[in-house]
Amino acid sequence: MATTTAAPGAPTTKIGQAALEVDDRLIVAGPLRRTLNKVFPDHWSFLLGEIALYAFMILLVSGTYLTFFYDASMEEVVYEGVYAPLRGVEMSAAYESTLGLSFDVRGGLLIRQIHHWAALLFVAAIVIHLIRIFFTGAFRRPRETNWLIGVVLLVLALLMGVTGYSLPDDLLSGTGLRIISAIILSLPVIGTWAHWAVFNGDYVGTEIIGRFYIAHVLIIPAILLALIAAHLLILVKQKHTQFPGAGRTEHNVVGNRLFPTFAGKATALLFIVFGLCAALGGLVQINPIWLWGPYNPAQVSAGSQPDWYIGFLDGSTRLFPAWDINLPGDYTIPALFWPTVVGAGLMFTVLALYPMIERKLTGDTASHHLLQRPRDVPVRTAVGAMALTFYVVLWISGGNDVIADKFDISLNAMTWFGRIGCLVLPPFAYWMTYRLCLGLQRHDREVLEHGIETGVIRRLPSGEFIEVHQPLGPVDEHGHGQLAYGGASVPKKMNQVGGARRAIKGFFKPIEEPAEVQRQAELEARGLEAEQSDRQTISSGRPSEGGRPSEGGRPQAPRD
Amino acid sequence: MSTTNASSEAPLEGGRRGLLRRRPAAGTPAAAARDRRRSKQRRRLANVAGLMAALVLTGVGYSAFAPGAIAADEQSDTESIAVEAGRELYVLSCITCHGSNLQGVEDRGPSLIGVGSASVYFQVSTGRMPLVRQEAQAPEHPVIFTEAEIAQLMAYVQANGGGPSVPSGDLRDGELAEGGELFRLNCASCHNFVGEGGALSSGKRAPSLDGLTDEQIYAAMLTGPENMPVFGDNQLTPEEKRSVIDYVQTIQDQADPGGAPIGRAGPVAEGLVIWVAGVGALLFGIFWMGTKA
Repeated sequence: MATTTAAPGAPTTKIGQAALEVDDRLIVAGPLRRTLNKVFPDHWSFLLGEIALYAFMILLVSGTYLTFFYDASMEEVVYEGVYAPLRGVEMSAAYESTLGLSFDVRGGLLIRQIHHWAALLFVAAIVIHLIRIFFTGAFRRPRETNWLIGVVLLVLALLMGVTGYSLPDDLLSGTGLRIISAIILSLPVIGTWAHWAVFNGDYVGTEIIGRFYIAHVLIIPAILLALIAAHLLILVKQKHTQFPGAGRTEHNVVGNRLFPTFAGKATALLFIVFGLCAALGGLVQINPIWLWGPYNPAQVSAGSQPDWYIGFLDGSTRLFPAWDINLPGDYTIPALFWPTVVGAGLMFTVLALYPMIERKLTGDTASHHLLQRPRDVPVRTAVGAMALTFYVVLWISGGNDVIADKFDISLNAMTWFGRIGCLVLPPFAYWMTYRLCLGLQRHDREVLEHGIETGVIRRLPSGEFIEVHQPLGPVDEHGHGQLAYGGASVPKKMNQVGGARRAIKGFFKPIEEPAEVQRQAELEARGLEAEQSDRQTISSGRPSEGGRPSEGGRPQAPRD
Repeated sequence: MSTTNASSEAPLEGGRRGLLRRRPAAGTPAAAARDRRRSKQRRRLANVAGLMAALVLTGVGYSAFAPGAIAADEQSDTESIAVEAGRELYVLSCITCHGSNLQGVEDRGPSLIGVGSASVYFQVSTGRMPLVRQEAQAPEHPVIFTEAEIAQLMAYVQANGGGPSVPSGDLRDGELAEGGELFRLNCASCHNFVGEGGALSSGKRAPSLDGLTDEQIYAAMLTGPENMPVFGDNQLTPEEKRSVIDYVQTIQDQADPGGAPIGRAGPVAEGLVIWVAGVGALLFGIFWMGTKA
């Protein structure tokens, strides 16, 4: 592996010779070395996108297994399988094969449930990843392209979810399919034609399951794969962003190399994600289609909901007033058109264009590789909180009948809560977040100026009581700190600057002897000076030292 | 039996009048009018009493000559005892809203004449009645009457106007899969796919079918309590009702092969699990990995 053509002598080991043979032909040693040396920041929030990636890998593998047994046909059959409550019931071949998959195929139900849980996790991970990117400003130039790709990935993930949800052709998904059909029909002018194009005729027809199947297992996954590859290649090309901190500049990335440290962490995370999906798939029942029954357009059940990621559209539909627009000549724009097509269209358009909008409004066209703390950009943070609040109100409203039932609240009250809440709560969230950001900023400045509150109260000869503050750096003649805020987290407890002995190592239980740590700490000099001289030998402020990711506020070494 | 059928109305009328007479009727504005009517009533009552006496004589004579009928007679005796006990329970617990003659009280409770023992059984044995306060819908409370008392109330209401009653026998004797189809067609739109229940408008709701007895489900279909439509024997035949009950009870008892059922509540519960348990666990995991850098 380590051998290159530039080595003075020919490699002696078998593996080395083989590697040389390969490299002679493909010339991969250079790129491979660069790739393996890529540095990943070690902050935990950089792993959120990876969760989505691993969930996608689980989806590909488990989904492939499901295709072996699933039959995407709407042909009518009579069930004669093992599940007694449905024996003799007419159903589509798709539903029958899903029942067979669940009850007759070895491990079929487990894999189906892993697939479904992984799908829910996939979209959830994308959303949290997006939230992290948004609030830290990681989408700013030069990363707008990757932001756009990310938004497209999110939309495709939703489409994956919708098509996959419909495949079993059970009563729940059929109800969802009917709503999809109604949404397509609600498109002005082209609605009917679009519906005919998608369903090959009137609802429900005999084609839609087969078409959704091809979209679900071939077309959308192919696009997803290509875009994920592009997303990652651009990431490698542009390099990671990182939080500001000691030794971190716009021109470097501090963290672990891909090989071996990060590869180890990534593999571990892959197994954690897989373990979680397997645990959920094995322990928690999801989408028990045998209980829902086969789809029959004459039947609709109470509590028919989409999966969580479409819940916000269900909610917007429930909240929107029944404002049909009747035009002369028998043309109608149904109320459904506004909360679904227009609502979702607007939300995703604004989301996709946000980097450009912010660039326009702030006039900031510079390239950024250092992230911002959310408190330092109060307007963006408040806008994000506002958007999230709006989304969450819609989301809650998507399940408002279940909430009304379980918590014994009037369904009408839930609807009006949603209607008023989606208008009133977002501005309130904006205001509150904005004030919170300013408050946090001020506190940072205060600590930089006056030092950390030590909790030590001293009585002056005059009788006045003061609290002793520990300055973070050199002070002027008034005792005010000279440090400027550097965009990194400011230590606010004495423990974070070595005021106490360092924390005992161990996550669940201590893995070292507290008394031994105490003894060592007593041998070492205490206070800021000792801590500083100790830390200067370390390249980055790792979270393991003192539990904070950086040493912000500390006078920084001259930058390179 | 034929004797009680022939005179089923008359003696009970008398009994209820007797009740009225015992009650101080001073506050009633129609007291004067009633006095005028009373002589006529008394005459009618005398006629009825005469008829009753004749019938009782006949009955006693018949039973004297036909020893085999004693059992039947004892049964009718216990029935009338049950009706009387039921009336006493009614006066204590139900009269405020349903009126002294089961005729109902406006804005409080409906008339119970003709609702039948099935309705009483459902409302009382599920703890909906007696109602604590007026609400959008009667909620289930712990049952306050014993089974014997419920039977007495049922006998009392049944004796006053008749009405549907729950048949005896195996109420699950039906076609399981057909029951499922019927359930999804007729019941699922309010009670959810698996009878978990669901919200209706303005605080009303379709309750969960969890833990109900066969008789309670049958009675509910037969009488249509609260907001539920009546599924009379023309809409769902007794066989079909048995099929529905079979399906409901079978899937209620059925184990969940996929693991924890999370309330069988569908995507809302699943979304909650993936966000709280799934995403929560992973955030914990990556935070852990972050501290181990």
